[in-house]
Amino acid sequence: MTEIERLQYDVVVIGAGGAGLRAAIEARLQGKKTAIISKSLFGKAHTVMAEGGAAAAMGNVNANDNWQVHFRDTMRGGKFLNNWRMAELHAKEAPDRIWELEAWGAIFDRTKEGKISQRNFGGHQYPRLAHVGDRTGLELIRTCQQKIVSLQQEDYREFGDYDAKLRVFAETTVTRLLKDAEGKICGVFAYIRETGKFVVIETPAVVLATGGIGKSFKVTSNSWEYTGDGHALALLAGASLINMEVVQFHPTGMVWPPSVKGILVTESVRGDGGVLKNSDGKRFMFDYVPDVFKDQYATTEEEGDRWYEDADNNRRPPELLPRDEVARAINSEVKAGRGSPHGGVFLDIASRLKPEQVIKRLPSMHHQFKELADVDITAEPMEVGPTCHYVMGGVEVDPDTAAALIPGLFAAGEVSGGMHGSNRLGGNSLSDLLVFGRRAGEGAAEYASEVTVTVPESEVEAAMAEALAPYDREGGENPYAVHQELQQTMNDLVGIIRREEELEQAIEALGKLRERVANVSVQGGRGYHPGWHLALDLRNMVLVSECVAKAALERQESRGGHTRDDYPAMSPEWRKVNLVCRLASEGADGFVELKRQEMEPMREDLIGLFEVDELKKYLTEGELPSEEN
Amino acid sequence: MGYKAKFRVWRGDGGEGELKDYTVEVNEGEVVLDAIHRLQATEAPDLAVRWNCKAGKCGSCSAEVNGRPRLMCMTRMSTFEEDETVTVTPMRTFPVIRDLVTDVSYNYEKAREVPSFDGGDVKPGEFRMQQVDVERSQEFRKCIECFLCNNTCHVIRDHEENKEHFAGPRFLMRVAELEMHPADVADRRQIAQDDFGLGYCNITKCCTDVCPEHIKITDNALIPMKERVVGRRYDPLVWLGSKIGVVKRGKETPKA
Ligand SMILES: Cc1cc2nc3c(=O)[nH]c(=O)nc-3n(C[C@H](O)[C@H](O)[C@H](O)COP(=O)(O)OP(=O)(O)OC[C@H]3O[C@@H](n4cnc5c(N)ncnc54)[C@H](O)[C@@H]3O)c2cc1C
Ligand code: SF4
Ligand code: SF4
Ligand code: FES
Repeated sequence: MTEIERLQYDVVVIGAGGAGLRAAIEARLQGKKTAIISKSLFGKAHTVMAEGGAAAAMGNVNANDNWQVHFRDTMRGGKFLNNWRMAELHAKEAPDRIWELEAWGAIFDRTKEGKISQRNFGGHQYPRLAHVGDRTGLELIRTCQQKIVSLQQEDYREFGDYDAKLRVFAETTVTRLLKDAEGKICGVFAYIRETGKFVVIETPAVVLATGGIGKSFKVTSNSWEYTGDGHALALLAGASLINMEVVQFHPTGMVWPPSVKGILVTESVRGDGGVLKNSDGKRFMFDYVPDVFKDQYATTEEEGDRWYEDADNNRRPPELLPRDEVARAINSEVKAGRGSPHGGVFLDIASRLKPEQVIKRLPSMHHQFKELADVDITAEPMEVGPTCHYVMGGVEVDPDTAAALIPGLFAAGEVSGGMHGSNRLGGNSLSDLLVFGRRAGEGAAEYASEVTVTVPESEVEAAMAEALAPYDREGGENPYAVHQELQQTMNDLVGIIRREEELEQAIEALGKLRERVANVSVQGGRGYHPGWHLALDLRNMVLVSECVAKAALERQESRGGHTRDDYPAMSPEWRKVNLVCRLASEGADGFVELKRQEMEPMREDLIGLFEVDELKKYLTEGELPSEEN
Repeated sequence: MGYKAKFRVWRGDGGEGELKDYTVEVNEGEVVLDAIHRLQATEAPDLAVRWNCKAGKCGSCSAEVNGRPRLMCMTRMSTFEEDETVTVTPMRTFPVIRDLVTDVSYNYEKAREVPSFDGGDVKPGEFRMQQVDVERSQEFRKCIECFLCNNTCHVIRDHEENKEHFAGPRFLMRVAELEMHPADVADRRQIAQDDFGLGYCNITKCCTDVCPEHIKITDNALIPMKERVVGRRYDPLVWLGSKIGVVKRGKETPKA
């Protein structure tokens, strides 16, 4: 019998990125004994990679900014598929969350008045992103990490044990959420990567903060952690996911050399003046401004350039359109044969800023291109193309408490759905992590005060058998081969531009892959065995991919991160629809079921923030406010 | 374009192991980590390696390549001759867990001992700091915690016995970062010397040499800290800060 370590906590947070750390800080501040579980080392979660900044309407650079403007930008960026209550809370609370970081020791770049500086980004009307050069995610993670350490230091002074109230389980992977007979969450099942040993933590409240799903795609800016674990864990526990079809392809990933294809080139390059050109040297984005945005973007290069100096009297350049628009435009240019030598387009900052300015403002980009591609971005243009970056879809949650639809489960950050609608604006994720991380921590702490649980032994046994299965199978397939095929399938058939036949093909292929996943095998010991880890991650990737493909087939329109070649228009009827995925029967062999669910109409005061003419582009006749107001 | 590269990789756990020879395909533009991943996907599925971002941002993939402490994801294969054997071993200063993965908990323990940022009575949203005053600390906050500097420093590299009294360049730099933070009100000079072992550092700059973030650890953090400890307010930025009353130093802060 394999030995299992057993522990008890009030709140368990799965994930040590921005959302997880902020949730854990909150739960601990509410007095709860809290555990943080993370697949990687403490301080290395995917959030460290975030570059450009965190969006918050502090109004430090342009005093006209406020939460209402931020809310409007977020809804527009998401093409009104957003959960408006989440967008509202996010816009209202983001500034406090950023200021709080500063009080914990974060050092953002400064304005002349000594306040936190804010930079321009696509889709944001005013300079809004608090930033530290182009390593804002690192600052966010490090600050939260150091805040956790400071709380542990307090506990050490009080209890003589740093881990008394807040403990980090690094390099530990959760493979199952455990439920009791009443259907409440009662714990988690995990393995310690280093030793392969199992841990069961009994807890009434679990916060999922596991990030995204990008590793199901071949070209992605995401790291190995992004295997959709939280999405899958939620499904397997009976919770629902919404709008999984909307996946953000960031317009600017590196395209060369092949081994770095997909690595992100931050949008700050464009925010700071960088422009996109095709092989004819033309700034092609002027040809791609869609109708809904016609009034807000410059029509000439001169006007676009003036905007950087005088934003109040000029319209912004179209390079700063929301990401979905820019990604599709690049895709079209390359298809039309006007791409760069390695299949992207050119992103030019060299002719726009002096070399020392480039190095000062974009140090990591300078470093990244020099080290990885032998390109000096102060002298030559970069080659860039779309890369799978972010999943807007995720766990369906209550906006105020971040509670999922099964008791005891909460979700925040990229793993949750709704906040960003069909397309996330740059910078809105980091602030989302903080706003909803805090709310999830609070929600979980409150719930944990009222509920007690015990883990049924049968749940533990089932989870352990599942985790050990790859060792029991002999002569099964190599997990790496199956993973590669999954990535290729998603990239080719469920990528940036989608069609009915291809999506059907994908769903069929995924069914076969699911069978193969159930048959992968590994040999050797369980200590730090990456092959075994991947074998277990594959269950999650296939499940989540199936959600993406099925929802993509269902939604017969194009909106944000979901582009259908065969349904190119945005449809007001479809805007009202959230696509909800669940497992038809629990267990890994259950299949994904889709349901259409009508969205709740926007509150009147919020809808009043928009001009009726603009609303007409998105909403059905019946949803418009009556003409007299 | 691809070629077959010769690799020698440390394999083993529990204090035992050996260098194993491999031949692996390498393509244009690839880095050492790509080759290690190809090994995993083909002949060594259980080869343990820590990584995350593959973009030099998370500091997970630290190892020694031909004896030199480096991030595997930022070490391009084109820096080696095609017929050269590339030897990859785990960081030497930390105990090996398996293959290329080491137990870096020493670093997390030291991090816990450094008294945290103390912003005094300033309320969130009310901090006012000038860019020039924060630049020093910002340089140190670029640190990705790859721990290559701590791995390299001779004070602990082959001297297990010093670990208890020496926080390593990474965390001496953390002390410096807080000391130079214009809004921090604690005073960690005494503990830098007494508890974190600043005195062991004899400014060889080996830590600076290996830092993938090109932080000038020795010149900008360690030497100014040493000077502060002997009470000479040398660093012109902070000297100015204290002149204009930004820095209020309270009494000495004990180790956390
Ligand atoms: C290159 C890049 C640049 C970006 N730049 C920006 C930007 O400038 N601004 C912005 O707003 N957004 C940006 N984003 C997006 C943003 O960084 C992410 O959406 C965000 O960091 C996600 O944070 P999170 O807290 O949800 O999860 P993450 O930070 O991804 O953390 C997930 C955590 O969950 C853990 N985990 C996952 N599965 C399990 C499991 N089964 N068991 C245990 N632990 C598990 C992981 O180990 C990790 O600790 C960027 C993204 C990328 C890839
Ligand atoms: S300069 Fe000091 S800290 Fe750095 S390697 Fe040398 S002795 Fe160690
Ligand atoms: S200071 Fe440099 S070498 Fe040391 S841990 Fe930080 S990034 Fe790594
Ligand atoms: S993998 Fe992140 S630094 Fe190498």
